[in-house]
Amino acid sequence: MSMIECEINGIPVSVPKGTTILDAAKGVGVTIPKLCYHNDLDAWAACGICVVKVEGSPKMLRACATAVAPDMKVITHDPEVVEVRRTVLELILSTHPNDCLQCGRSGNCELQDLASDFGIRDIPFEKRAPSIPRDRSTPSIVLNPEKCVKCGRCVLVCQEMQNVHALEFIDRGDATRLAPAADVTLEESPCIKCGQCSAHCPVGAIYEKDDTKAVWNAIKEEGKHVVVQIAPAVRVAVGEAFGMEPGALVTGKIYTALRRLGFDAIFDTNWAADLTILEEGSEFVKRFGGEGELPLITSCCPSWTDYMEKFAPDFIENFSSAKSPQEMLGVMSKTYYAEKAGIDPAKITMISVMPCTSKKYEITRSDEMFASGYQDIDHSVTTRELAHMIKQAGIDFSSLPDSECDSILGQYTGAGTIFGVTGGVMEAALRSAYYLITKEDLEQVEFEAVRGMEGVKSAEIDVKGTKVRIAVAHQMGNVQAVIDQIREARNKGEELPYHFIEVMACRGGCIGGGGQPHGATDEIRAQRTRGIYTDDEKSVLRCSHHNPEIARVYEEYLGDPLSHKAHDLLHTTYTKRPLYKK
Amino acid sequence: MAKMTLEELRKLRETKKTEMARHNGETMRIIVGTGTCGIAAGAMETLDAFRDELESHGLEKNTAITQTSCMGLCFSEPTVEVAVPGMPNTIYGNVDGRAAHRIVKEHLIDKAVVADHVFEKPAADIIDGEDGAPRKQKRIVLRNCGVINPELIDEYIARDGYAALEKVVFEMSADDVIDELTKSGLRGRGGAGFPAGLKWGFTKDVDSDEKYIVCNADEGDPGAYMDRSTAEGDPHSVLEAMAIAGRTVGASQGYIYIRAEYPLAIDRLNNAIAQAHGHGLLGDNILGSDFGFDIELRLGAGAFVCGEETALLASIEGKRGMPIPRPPFPAVKGLWGKPTVINNVETWANIPMIIHKGSAWFSGIGTETTKGTKVFALTGKINNSGLIEVPMGTTLREIIYDIGGGIKDGKKFKAAQTGGPSGGVITEEFLDTPIDYESLQGIGSMMGSGGMIVMDEDDCMIDVTKFYLEFSVDESCGKCAPCRIGGRTCYNILDKISKGQGSLEDLEQLKVLAQAMRKASLCGLGQTAPNPIMSSMKYFEDEYLAHINDKKCPAGKCKDLLSYTIIEDQCVGCTACARVCPVHCISGEVKEAHVINQSQCIKCGQCFDKCKFDAILKG
Amino acid sequence: MTASTGKEKILTPEIEAFIEKWRGKPGNLIMVLHRVQEEFGYIPRDAMFEVAAALDIPVAKIYGVITFYHFFKLSKPGKNQIAVCMGTACYLKGGQELIDECERILGVGLNTVTEDGEFSVEAVRCIGCCGLAPVLTVNGEVFGDVGTRQIAKIINQFEGK
Repeated sequence: MSMIECEINGIPVSVPKGTTILDAAKGVGVTIPKLCYHNDLDAWAACGICVVKVEGSPKMLRACATAVAPDMKVITHDPEVVEVRRTVLELILSTHPNDCLQCGRSGNCELQDLASDFGIRDIPFEKRAPSIPRDRSTPSIVLNPEKCVKCGRCVLVCQEMQNVHALEFIDRGDATRLAPAADVTLEESPCIKCGQCSAHCPVGAIYEKDDTKAVWNAIKEEGKHVVVQIAPAVRVAVGEAFGMEPGALVTGKIYTALRRLGFDAIFDTNWAADLTILEEGSEFVKRFGGEGELPLITSCCPSWTDYMEKFAPDFIENFSSAKSPQEMLGVMSKTYYAEKAGIDPAKITMISVMPCTSKKYEITRSDEMFASGYQDIDHSVTTRELAHMIKQAGIDFSSLPDSECDSILGQYTGAGTIFGVTGGVMEAALRSAYYLITKEDLEQVEFEAVRGMEGVKSAEIDVKGTKVRIAVAHQMGNVQAVIDQIREARNKGEELPYHFIEVMACRGGCIGGGGQPHGATDEIRAQRTRGIYTDDEKSVLRCSHHNPEIARVYEEYLGDPLSHKAHDLLHTTYTKRPLYKK
Repeated sequence: MAKMTLEELRKLRETKKTEMARHNGETMRIIVGTGTCGIAAGAMETLDAFRDELESHGLEKNTAITQTSCMGLCFSEPTVEVAVPGMPNTIYGNVDGRAAHRIVKEHLIDKAVVADHVFEKPAADIIDGEDGAPRKQKRIVLRNCGVINPELIDEYIARDGYAALEKVVFEMSADDVIDELTKSGLRGRGGAGFPAGLKWGFTKDVDSDEKYIVCNADEGDPGAYMDRSTAEGDPHSVLEAMAIAGRTVGASQGYIYIRAEYPLAIDRLNNAIAQAHGHGLLGDNILGSDFGFDIELRLGAGAFVCGEETALLASIEGKRGMPIPRPPFPAVKGLWGKPTVINNVETWANIPMIIHKGSAWFSGIGTETTKGTKVFALTGKINNSGLIEVPMGTTLREIIYDIGGGIKDGKKFKAAQTGGPSGGVITEEFLDTPIDYESLQGIGSMMGSGGMIVMDEDDCMIDVTKFYLEFSVDESCGKCAPCRIGGRTCYNILDKISKGQGSLEDLEQLKVLAQAMRKASLCGLGQTAPNPIMSSMKYFEDEYLAHINDKKCPAGKCKDLLSYTIIEDQCVGCTACARVCPVHCISGEVKEAHVINQSQCIKCGQCFDKCKFDAILKG
Repeated sequence: MTASTGKEKILTPEIEAFIEKWRGKPGNLIMVLHRVQEEFGYIPRDAMFEVAAALDIPVAKIYGVITFYHFFKLSKPGKNQIAVCMGTACYLKGGQELIDECERILGVGLNTVTEDGEFSVEAVRCIGCCGLAPVLTVNGEVFGDVGTRQIAKIINQFEGK
């Protein structure tokens, strides 16, 4: 790779060609402030905070979007640059409400950090913060346009990363809005509720719909048996909210914290992930054997199913009918668990803690989410909301002792836990499908081909001589290529490129979910991923079909995978939906 | 007409030249200017009137009626040129049906000039004349405007059209062309004056499977219309130049991005493209060579920011016209990520002549740093408003007084604004500055696209500055914070000042804001939007102070600082003011002094204009 | 792809033919929108959805483009569209007064339509007739050197037409 020699604040720098001034400066210990720039996205270059002086240029250049050039001389900080940045910051603040105290991002807001770093004490300019109503139309996300700083991240995420195009820049000049297009609410738009917009928003303009109050109310409600489940990706991320390293595996602390919060039973979504594998794995084996459509496509991710129903309804038949682990645990807690524990299911309140904003949507997605006769999941909160609750309860999370999960919906295998990363569902399914097809266990359970951050991973798996072609896609925008590939093969009547496909809407899978702690970068996603694989590696049992609690539920309650009862409780259907409801 | 070879083109040119020369000597001709201005002033009716008149006199057989585009004499539209063998060619202004009747009868039949309609020549002539007098104007860009019929490619060819393309395709190497362009000293006419040769060179040197040539005809400066006029009057000069660029840098596709508000220019360009295709001057194998080049129009849709290169390219790509950071420059990474040469209409129109006549000819015109000519749209409070083209180095005084005929109604010159919303004011003391890129920048203005607005004593600088800021705020794409928020904040401060609510602190804030916008805005729109503020604050500080300290608008323009009162002693009670008042707030008996109800007065000034007895006091 | 399934198509066969002609060309959206507006005087919502489907461009992108460019309208303008030029020359020579007068006579603000649907008034950027300033156009017909007192006459000329 060719290297560029240049100078930043007089410090000689040698960086690979194409490196931005921002990154080159970082390399020599110079932090250039920024607001709109985000590592996941191409530089949009809107805010004007990261401007620097470059010798020979009359205007200041944006460090985020300018690649270093040979012999470039950059000044990142001098009184003039700082003054210009401060003025721009003051302008941005002049259109931003001053209600940090009531803002969910207080203490974790990129604009607030800048204001603090620049020592802003008052705004010299006329304050213009128009009052605009919030959009609370979806069960997942709230848009608060009053706080929008027009950095463009949410639109770029929604369009470039996710290929959804629910949000768009609308109007222009100082009337510019970043909002659902065509005068609809978010709920009426193509939004898939993935919440990546909220995860990338630097301020409090887009955030998850807060359901913590409902959870507190459930906990304190007399006569309620409040059960809770935590998703795989939560355990490697919630620690970040308490100053712990990203990826720190804190399962035991979470169980303890949940108990202290007052939940009556602590279950683990990983248990249900194992159950999902048994259902979905069996479904795959059945279809692979000639009964039903191929490729089989995973359906654990509600944003993905929403996307498919809107953008690719021609794939409805390909979707696994197995419900997501969240929903399986929900229904099992109000049927199987209720029966075993002798509790009236009407008295059970089921709370899920998810890395995901879309799970809030999934809990009422269709009538099948009421398979127990009640709403199977009463409330779903995100990792961020759980962290808030723990803080509100005065729990010193990092010093908590570990504890164990409750039976009978708690024990999980390594296969269940890897559901939280891209490729994990596929890997877990393969571990069991291999067994289901060959009646033998794998010697080596790791499938390296499905791991990692590449947008679409594909491989051919040898199942004792039978070739199974698989593909794994994460980050919604990457899935289109796979869809197109299959459509093309279909249209031409050619052999299908894949038998089995896993899709997760968020970058890196659920560990990068829209409900996870703010500030995710690929580096942090990698740390969380490592946490998940560590959990898998230290598990004694690595395959879902080895989970004794799962074996027990089939034995005592469900019969076999894909049985009639399993179908009633654990499976769902999909339907074509319009992109716009208006 | 079938596609031509080089020889056929040359033959056609000679034939046409002879034909036109013969025309000039032998037939009577009536040439009506039917540019947008002309049509707006009734040129089509004039054209019909001539047809009727000729027919009624039985002259339709031996008189040719043709149309041409804008001659640049906007203030006397419709304009008509009449050529009668044995008489000097005459230009008539303000020709309506009645004048047409007289021209046919008196000029064509009786061979006498219709004296009272002869275009009153400005102090220095505009059109190349026969008397050999020194001209203030020099027409390179507008060489064919008002001369040829823009709808006939053969007339363009007869005026050495496509001779430069011939040369480039058959005689010159790409390096020769760039060398010639560089030596000519031609600089981009749209913005900061980047050397055209250098720009082409960048694009030529990039290895790419595809490159593009783009013509910026999205003239957005309010008060500038030379690009429209050129496209209407001489569309082939743009097409020829773009093809030359295509040959030079290795591009095969060109786009002309033009405002949808210019329907006539769009028609003329489309017509020209079709004719050039027919002649084999566009399309595959141009003039039988291996070079192929095509041009398509893309319409703008009302966004000034699309004059900025990267926004323009985004718009051609069918997107919102939001700029992206430069570098990389479009010359290296432009349309659909490919190297792209962008120039505006005026720049393009220079190029065929530079190649045809040589760089030495071109660089002989103009100043040390700026060669060639500049077209200005001279408007505002000036007698002869219209399109003019002058050599670089001409002074503002020559433009305003010699060519423009001075200030309207004998008022006092206050300032001229060049560069539109990106520029600044030029005051009396700088009237003798020879105009070029550097000199204008030196006095706080800029060349810009060529709008030149003349203001007189009745114009308030705060009001004008506010107008420009409102424009920039309205046209800001809204992407970057300094421009989006800074512009609005500046406007609001100016608005406050214009209402007498400003403070001295506001002036300091304007300076701070201007600095941030200039340095941190993403594109030229935001970077230059504060220029009118800084320029007017520098040269008209007293006017700002009058608004702030004395709560007065010296020009009597800012309505909030203005009141109209009737001087009792002078009012004769004629009731004229009361009758003209649109809100009926003037009362009084006939032959008695009237009174204006101040709370209802909208300060429209109609009473003031109407009163014949100077009985209304404005202040 | 659209919400308008089952409804009758709004795009005329001519527009569809136009779209067909432009389909393969990159950056065709703005040209197609011009064609749609030429037909209807604005871009009807359903037309936007149909264009999205025909060009396979997300509705959001189209809406973003329509709202970015001032030339494109999302609501139906008056039968007679008065456009007052607010270029610099026209402004200096009283363009704003013309707007005020139009608003006064018609009783509507800028960019709104009179109750009877007859007129709408808008301010436009320089229409390139600076020599005739101040200028306004009605349905594209240019009126130059207009004074406030001529406005009523001009409006009458188009009333009910």
